[in-house]
Amino acid sequence: MKFGLLLEIAQKLMLARFKQTLVAAVGVTFSITMFVALLGFMNGLNMMLDGLVLNRTPHIRFYNEIKPNPNQPVDMSDTYSSYNNTIRSIKPNSSRKSIYNSTAMIHTLLNDERVLGVAPKVNTQVFYNIGNIDITGSINGIDVDAENALFSFEDYVTAGNSDDLKNINNSIILGKGAADRMLAQIGDVIQATTAQGNTVRLKVVGYYQSGLGDLDNVQSYTSLETAQKILGEPPSFITDIQVKLKSLELAPSMAIDYGNLFEIKADDIQTVNAQFETGTEIRNLISYAVGITLLIVSGFGIYNILNMMIYEKMDTIAILKATGFSGRDVNIVFTLIALIIGIVGGAVGLILGYLAGMGIDQLPFETEALPTIKTFPVDFNPRYYIIGGVFSLLTTYMAGYFPAKKASSVDPVEIIRGK
Amino acid sequence: MKEIPVLEARNINKFFYNLVETQVLKDITFTIKRGEFVSVMGKSGCGKSTLLYILSTMDTSYQGRLLIDESPVTGRSQSFLSRIRNEKIGFVFQFHYLLAEFSVLENVMIPGLKLGKMGRKELEYKAMEKLRIFGMEDHALKKANQLSGGQKQRVAIARALINDPLIIMGDEPSGNLDKKNSDIVFGIFKELATTYHQTLLIVTHDHEFAEGTDRIIEMEDGRIISQ
Repeated sequence: MKFGLLLEIAQKLMLARFKQTLVAAVGVTFSITMFVALLGFMNGLNMMLDGLVLNRTPHIRFYNEIKPNPNQPVDMSDTYSSYNNTIRSIKPNSSRKSIYNSTAMIHTLLNDERVLGVAPKVNTQVFYNIGNIDITGSINGIDVDAENALFSFEDYVTAGNSDDLKNINNSIILGKGAADRMLAQIGDVIQATTAQGNTVRLKVVGYYQSGLGDLDNVQSYTSLETAQKILGEPPSFITDIQVKLKSLELAPSMAIDYGNLFEIKADDIQTVNAQFETGTEIRNLISYAVGITLLIVSGFGIYNILNMMIYEKMDTIAILKATGFSGRDVNIVFTLIALIIGIVGGAVGLILGYLAGMGIDQLPFETEALPTIKTFPVDFNPRYYIIGGVFSLLTTYMAGYFPAKKASSVDPVEIIRGK
Repeated sequence: MKEIPVLEARNINKFFYNLVETQVLKDITFTIKRGEFVSVMGKSGCGKSTLLYILSTMDTSYQGRLLIDESPVTGRSQSFLSRIRNEKIGFVFQFHYLLAEFSVLENVMIPGLKLGKMGRKELEYKAMEKLRIFGMEDHALKKANQLSGGQKQRVAIARALINDPLIIMGDEPSGNLDKKNSDIVFGIFKELATTYHQTLLIVTHDHEFAEGTDRIIEMEDGRIISQ
């Protein structure tokens, strides 16, 4: 009852100064709209750019690294243990590229419940033969189904169908850059030479475009079986095992564990792509800073308007106090005014921000580099709406705090006598 | 019935500190009993308004003791004093001081709503009753600033009455009105005192007005010279 009365008084005071109140609310609306739209847009871009690399990067990658054995015989020998080793320029020996016992490893990984999926891969260097010119390239033999499920491979196949890789013998999906150089159309047969000197003829069934130009000039894809056939190796021949985890954070520790267990080189995503995390964080930080600045500016607007209202309504405050309203009641009235401006302005702002996000989402954004993106990406994460809402309340409350305190300490005697 | 004290002032002293210390009230002691119609007379600047603000609990910087309804209010918290003002004191100012944002009826109701002892419907009925006493019921739904000065003052008195206060205090309630309206206001006070046995304490410098009251407290230079 009593609170209802205070609310009624707050409402009447606002209606008496409707224009100013509206201006204050519009200030909040504007800043919340910008805040939500900006963060949604910024984060949509962030996620897209990160996805560009992170989606296609395995969380852990197992492979045999070509490097000299760290345990050289001379170091192990007891005879020379007290001698200085001056042997320099040690070369790696021709160790096998394929992963030893890969079937068992894949089996172990698939049984780990932290693992989302495993995709084996055969990676080999080739020369594409164009007339009498050879250009270097690399062919990845992939398990098409696993690659689609884990790394959205099909999203980047801009022409043709990724399934043709497993359905058509000796088929290849060429990198867009490589295909352009070779003037290879879909259905054409191209010729490639492996590092071992085997020449193979492969049928082009699609183009692959990642958005990273350097990659597209070199990379091409075949099925695992085709790649093994090119190399003349048996079906157990696998050069990489790519693992996708349920949680990306687990990658570094699991990479170390499994690397030691399998006695093989294991790279985790954090080590390989540390710079992406940093970039995302900084972009987020900037957009939050801009959004919060907007809110604070609108807070000053509310502060001004409330202050003005208090000067204008001194008589009202004095009379309320004389007829039995306490300082606390007056404080509540003005705090309510501030909060109502915040709630109404903020709510409208959130709705407009959502609409602005929808609008941006419709804007065409087509670029050669990003084949999967047709419109600007916007992230509609409810988190921004919650943060925006909470901040609009917080800033309006802060903006109302001092004026309300001032109003509550108005001395009615001074006002009444002063007339 | 007349023997119950409504308001008691004991040795009230008040100083203003404006570069130099000046004593505006000197040892004020008096009692107002239930049903009395008292006026405080004195020249401008003799401290009568200052006294009234102390008695109304709005001014708390004084020395001495003040009892309202036989309980001490000196030194009590602001929220306690607000409650006393709301429940036990009705105030009428020289300038009508209605809330311009509210209708006449709402203006009368607000102190009642604040007290919260009655529902809105009941209060509305009661407020209309009070307005009817002063012949203002036809103006109930107008905004406060659509009324004339005399009408506003009548509404202000109706507002002072809404919580059936122990005492009504007036600070020159007719000071800003012409003769005709001033007479109407005086008539209202007189009627309240005789018909409803309402206790009234009115500050005025109008002799004619004061002579119509039960008792005159005369002040000069911050002292009571006769009561």
